[in-house]
Amino acid sequence: MTAEQTNYRWQCRRGMLELDLLLNNFVDKKASALSMEQAAVFEMLLSYPDQTLFDLLLGNSVSSDRRASALIEQIRSTPFD
Amino acid sequence: MSATPEQNPAEASIERRQFDTLIIGAGGGGLRAALKLAEADLSVAVVSKVFPTRSHTVAAQGGMNAALANVLPDNWHWHMFDTVKGSDYLGDQDAIEYMCRSAPKAVYELEHFGVPFSRLDNGKIYQRAFGGQSQDFGGDQAARTCAAADRTGHAILHSLYQQNIRAKTHFFDEYFAVDLLKGQDGHVLGAVVFDIHDGQIMVIEAKTTLLATGGAGQLFKTTTNALINTGDGMGMAMRAGIPLQDMEFFQFHPTGIAGRGMLITEGVRGEGGYLVNGQGERLMERYAPKAKDLASRDVVSRAIAIEIREGRGCGPNKDHVLLKLDHLGEEVIQKRLPGIRQTCITFLGIDPAEAPIPVFPTAHYTMGGIPTNRFGQVVVPVKDTPEEPVAGLYAAGECACVSVHGGNRLGGNSLLDILVFGRAAANHIIEYLQENKYHRALDEEQMKLVVEKAQQYNNTAGGSSSEKIETVAGLRKELKQVMEEHCGVFRNKEILEQGVVRVEQLVLRMKNVKIDDSSFTFNTAKVEAFELENLMAVAVATIHSAAAREESRGAHSRIDFPDRDDKAWMRHSLYSFDNGLDYKPVRTKPMSVASFPPKPRVY
Ligand SMILES: Cc1cc2nc3c(=O)[nH]c(=O)nc-3n(C[C@H](O)[C@H](O)[C@H](O)COP(=O)(O)OP(=O)(O)OC[C@H]3O[C@@H](n4cnc5c(N)ncnc54)[C@H](O)[C@@H]3O)c2cc1C
Repeated sequence: MTAEQTNYRWQCRRGMLELDLLLNNFVDKKASALSMEQAAVFEMLLSYPDQTLFDLLLGNSVSSDRRASALIEQIRSTPFD
Repeated sequence: MSATPEQNPAEASIERRQFDTLIIGAGGGGLRAALKLAEADLSVAVVSKVFPTRSHTVAAQGGMNAALANVLPDNWHWHMFDTVKGSDYLGDQDAIEYMCRSAPKAVYELEHFGVPFSRLDNGKIYQRAFGGQSQDFGGDQAARTCAAADRTGHAILHSLYQQNIRAKTHFFDEYFAVDLLKGQDGHVLGAVVFDIHDGQIMVIEAKTTLLATGGAGQLFKTTTNALINTGDGMGMAMRAGIPLQDMEFFQFHPTGIAGRGMLITEGVRGEGGYLVNGQGERLMERYAPKAKDLASRDVVSRAIAIEIREGRGCGPNKDHVLLKLDHLGEEVIQKRLPGIRQTCITFLGIDPAEAPIPVFPTAHYTMGGIPTNRFGQVVVPVKDTPEEPVAGLYAAGECACVSVHGGNRLGGNSLLDILVFGRAAANHIIEYLQENKYHRALDEEQMKLVVEKAQQYNNTAGGSSSEKIETVAGLRKELKQVMEEHCGVFRNKEILEQGVVRVEQLVLRMKNVKIDDSSFTFNTAKVEAFELENLMAVAVATIHSAAAREESRGAHSRIDFPDRDDKAWMRHSLYSFDNGLDYKPVRTKPMSVASFPPKPRVY
């Protein structure tokens, strides 16, 4: 596991189970393959309040930022085991 | 086993800080207490393993109870009756009276702190109807739950956090508390914590310490709780020699998404959804011919568990049942249950408008916890006194057992609990500090042991070489599985006693745990190892208490003892490492009104 990933890992510990599952699954499977730019967008998403992130990741609201919404789609579509 | 200072930067410089009060936990309970203390000009440190507004309180979407009588007639005494009855007469009636009386004030305070409660047209706070609420001592449905849209917990947490910043509370964000510190005379005097970013250990000395670390839903495989809910404060208390109270009472919600845990609200069944077993039968017709799928939570949970045990589950492993709602039609589902639809699509790839949802009972709320009185003081039995305060130590919120929820918590009562008793604990701390002005001397030997322990997992060379090396993730997974199978919804003597043996075996295997991340930055592996140690302690207390209680009360239901037995069992369980099981009486005498004597709990 890279230092980046362990850093992400703690930021993926959230107050809501739904976020824990989606974010950790994404970090497990995709985080090491993110481009620099995508990594920056991911960090921006992680800085959002839980409730905002919940609405975005569960499709209750849509981000106006094109790069953010692309990454959100990627997180949502990462299959669970 | 501790490494030399040259190898170990954490040991070289251990910082020591002093505060009037140390609060461990920055959920609603911890933040409410911190605010009161900071406003009283005391020095307050709040330690939280995650950023405060990522505490689990953020997940509470439903709301908080208070008899404001804004929508329907109401008063605190009716609220008290419902809470006592809901607790299946295991709740302490003095604490329940105090909570229900304080509820309106707690809501107005939150409003003052900036929580945007939803409003009625006349400008008053809107109140919704929740299960278990009645008017006039068991009469018609009451409307008692105040909410800030569907983000009540979020609003409470953010408002309290902002107020604390303004009041200059000192936050240690992303610090993990390992264990409590004591003085020679048994006073609790702070804790050893470490910075999750760099592993730096810090000794926080405090005249008073408040545990507000939340629940322990991670004990079970299927849970609604976030990963952080590992019962850390309960584990710390147990290691400090304090028993845990009523741990056999764990609330399960009947319809969690199978294998994932998140909640599918009762609303789905309210709209006409129903449960089906592996043979395509509507299973609730057998268990509750009248109420069917709308029977109370424990009845539905037990029905699902029995179907699965008897081989009538669904799927290749027959390990869940199905919640069917496609017959409602896409339009109705999209209009009335959009959130549920999104959750299913996201986590299962299943659109409930087209296919049924696999469900299983999910662990939701820890009724038991660290025993306290209604002032938030942690209390333990000493000789003939069942409730002797532990000097300097307080607990509030889901980690505590005060006990207002008894055998079963009512929806909307736990946000109320954390706010009312967070505040009450702060009030008592303020009084205590007037008489205890100076820091007492730490037991340096004990402190050294805790510091060593905090460093333990920094050292990759631990455990004996002859035995199999265990991983934290592997043991955690096994523990959750064992607790689900042996201490879940379906309980009888045989299953519980096997569970006791299996949990004890897992505890023994803990000593062979090794972690592979030995870097000092972002050492999450170390945190996870400590969390597992806490979960193990909570598991031991839970399974022993459950195996011993031979009756069915509230959330603890025994197939082999289906009735409540007030004569033998209207008492609180206490489990400690040193003394095993012990019991103490329920406080049936309220503060000012007459007691509510036990009656059958029928709705
Ligand atoms: C999905 C869901 C919905 C809910 N909805 C409602 C509702 O509508 N109404 C209601 O009344 N109740 C509801 N509840 C219950 C309620 O949310 C919780 O009981 C309550 O929020 C617990 O608050 P708390 O302050 O005790 O702890 P938490 O909010 O869990 O906070 C615990 C704090 O302790 C810190 N911590 C823990 N261990 C350590 C450690 N070792 N070191 C440092 N810090 C530590 C954490 O970082 C966190 O800050 C719901 C629960 C769930 C799971």
